[in-house]
This record gives sequence, C-alpha cells and structure tokens, in this order.
Amino acid sequence: MDETPSLIQIKGIRDGLLITLGSAAWPVLVAAFVKNVDERSSFFHGARVALNVGSNELRVAELSGLRDQLSERGIALWAVLSESLITETTAQNLGLATRLSKPRPEPTREVVKELPADAAKWVKGPLRSGARILFEGNVVVLGDVNPGAEIIAGGSVVVWGRLRGVVHAGAQGDEKAVVCALEMVPTQLRIATEIAVSPKKQGKIQPEVACLKDGQLVAEPWQNLGRN
Amino acid sequence: MTAKVVTVASGKGGVGKTTSVANIAVALASRGQKVTCIDGDIGLRNLDVILGLENRIVYDLVDVIEGRCRLRQAMIRDKRLPDLYLIPAAQTRDKTAISPSDMVRLCDELRQEVDWIIIDSPAGIERGFKNAIAAADRVLVMTNPEVSAVRDADRVIGILDAEEKGPAALVINRLDPAMVKRGDMLSVEDVLDLLAVELIGIVPEDENVIVASNRGQPLALEGKTKAGQAFQNIARRLMGEQVPFLELETQNLFQRLLGRK
Repeated sequence: MDETPSLIQIKGIRDGLLITLGSAAWPVLVAAFVKNVDERSSFFHGARVALNVGSNELRVAELSGLRDQLSERGIALWAVLSESLITETTAQNLGLATRLSKPRPEPTREVVKELPADAAKWVKGPLRSGARILFEGNVVVLGDVNPGAEIIAGGSVVVWGRLRGVVHAGAQGDEKAVVCALEMVPTQLRIATEIAVSPKKQGKIQPEVACLKDGQLVAEPWQNLGRN
Repeated sequence: MTAKVVTVASGKGGVGKTTSVANIAVALASRGQKVTCIDGDIGLRNLDVILGLENRIVYDLVDVIEGRCRLRQAMIRDKRLPDLYLIPAAQTRDKTAISPSDMVRLCDELRQEVDWIIIDSPAGIERGFKNAIAAADRVLVMTNPEVSAVRDADRVIGILDAEEKGPAALVINRLDPAMVKRGDMLSVEDVLDLLAVELIGIVPEDENVIVASNRGQPLALEGKTKAGQAFQNIARRLMGEQVPFLELETQNLFQRLLGRK
C-alpha cells in the first residue's frame, strides 16, 4: 500500500522502543513516522523512544520539532542515535542521549587507555548549569564553567575562564590528569579516584593547576610551577 | 500589526514571574500599546488574580485550544486599560492539555491583532515551560539576587540557547540595595558576572508589590513606587528606548559626584 514499513523499523529494546528511520528526506521521514504513530496511537502512547536517524544531519529546529510532535502524542523521545556529528551535537544540546547503554563512570571497570596527546574536545563556553560534557580524552573549555555544570574527562581539563562547576579529570583512572583554570573555585574537583572541594578562597585571583601529588589532590598557582 | 511574543521564565518558582508579567503588560498598555497576556500556568493560574480579573473568567486558554470558544471570547478586556487583555489559564486541567505547537498556532492567530503578547511561564523546565517558550520571539529570564534562583536562571538560559530561543534578557527582581551594601545579598554585578547575559531590568524589593497583588491593582498602573517605575522602564526598554537603570539612583549624591569625576 505504501512504503512506510521500509522507511520505519520498530524494535522493542530494554529501554523502550528503538525506531530506525530509513533513507529519505527528513520531512518525508517525519511525516511517515507521525502517520505510523497516529495509526497505532494506543501502541505508542506512553512509549519511550530511541530514534536511529542514520546519517541525516539534523539541526535544533528539526529535532525539537519532531520531539514536540511526539510529546503531543504521549511519546517521550529520550535518545537519538546518529552517524552524523552535527546531529549528535544537536541531540546533546537538547538534552537527549546519544547512546543506548547508560554511560557508567566506573573508574575501575576499564583499563586506562593510552590516548593520543592531541585527543581533546574543544568546548565553547559558558557551560551553564545542567550542561554535561563527557569525553574520553582531554577537554578544553573557552569560557566559564558555572555551578551545576559537569565535565567528565578521561584526560585533563583546561578551563580558560572561571571553574565553578564540577570537574572529574582522569575519570578512567589516569592519575597524571590535571585540571587548570584561570580561577579555580570548583564546587567539587575529582582526579582519578580522589575527590576534593575547593577551600574558601581569599586574596587575589590567579590561574591554578590541580593535580595529584602523593595521592593527594592539590591546587597550586600557575606561576610557581616553572620555578619548582 | 505584528505582535512581538515575549515569554517570562525563571526556572525557580516564587521569583516574581507572574507579578512581572502583570506589571510589564500594564506598563506597555499604559503607553498606548495593545497587549494580550497569556497565563501559561495551567492548573495553578494566578495572573488573573494579580490583574484583578478573576471574577470575569468565562473561557480559558484550553477552551480556545480545544475549540470550545473563539479566541476573542477568551480575551478578557481590562476595564482600567482598554488595550490590555488577558487569556487566563484553565484551573482544572494540567500542562499536558496544550502542546508547544498549539501555542505557536494561537500566537500566530493573535499576532495580527495586538502589539505585544506576554506569556507567563510556569516554574520548572518541563512541558509547561516548553509550551510557554515555543512561540517566543524574546524570553525574559527572571531571577532574584540569591544563589538558588541564579542557578536556576543559568539552567534556563542554557536551555534557551540550546533551543535557539536566545539570547535571553535578564530581569533581577527583589533587589534590596541596603542588603547588597552590607554584603548580605548578591549584587547586580555578581549576578551578571555568573549569567553573562543582557540586563533588561532591575526591580527593587518593595512591599507595595504584595499589597498591589492582593488588591489586583498592579503597581505599574501608577508609576509612583520604585518598583512600579522599574516595570515601566522594562516596558520602555522592550519598546526599544534607552533608559538608564534605577539602581544608580540608590547611590547617594556624594558617591555619584565622586563617580562622575
């Protein structure tokens, strides 16, 4: 009758439904999907849906449009899987998951991976409350990291701005990871398995570097490093 | 006429969204603008009370969306300001009674008839908030000078950026200059330092606000109080005027003279 079955594949998974969209123009896919939902509204109502969009490059308006249409039909879109980096970024910006298995920051679970020194994620700030950066390598933020924001990095974290949120460097166990910030006033700082809170600061603001020394998490002014 | 849709949001509850919506709407209407405010807080409506229009509600927002009445029938005209209308929220339903695209359709219909549509967002960042920002051309984020309210404002600004509804404009409400001076309250600079967005209004703490809300007579109806003036100034800034901030006037003459040098 029509070609919707080939455009849309539905599969039950542990976390709800996984819907894989075929290859067609985005509006066509959305129309087909929404039609499919409307025809079987009782089946879909209340469902949690993960969407595999293949290589479609989607912007905020497209993805949030579909999310709103689904939410009007009682369907919660919680994840978007994509081969496109642009789409992944869009999904993350909208607070959607981009992987099916929930990430477990279990530091002991994985063997420390040797990452190439240049594996860094570049993030344009400010990172506001609720933002979450999860990356296996190093993370560089240009701008402030506000309270309520969280960075979890396998490697080191450099913040060119004020660090007031939570940072976990060396999250997979790398004890050589460091955290640098122009102003170091984190809510909480973690390197590998060590956790510290920032002491009440007085005196002048200066760039600092935090690292592990003899198993202790310490922060030092940037100037002193060269002289030691 | 093509209306501008302005949504007032905050994340945290109790910072003064509804009061501000009422006062900004009143201020705009008193400047000859045609204004409709929409109460987006379905299930916990308040805007009608603060505007003093509670006893005139026949139809509400959900009635319009679900086609039980025409848009015009749900628009309550304010007797004091003939260019001010309210579309009240339904009290017996919840946020899921309407959707973001319903709001977009409704506002598109209204746009032709008025200059301004001011939407009062509910607290939170869920469905009600998403409904309230769906049609917005501009979002005013309200905060109080306290850490928890600023934190929530930061979250809301982040979401607005992600949804490409930014850049948000900030209103700092309930500022007490004396407390700031004693170092017991965050200053305007402290708040801006964290949030890094454009500031569109500073409203001082004023007990008249509570009296006015209880009476259903928004302060901005008479521009005599400090808070009323602050809301008038926000309205003027929305209309594109350059208006200096009231805050400066709380410095004493001596400080101002020194500052000028």
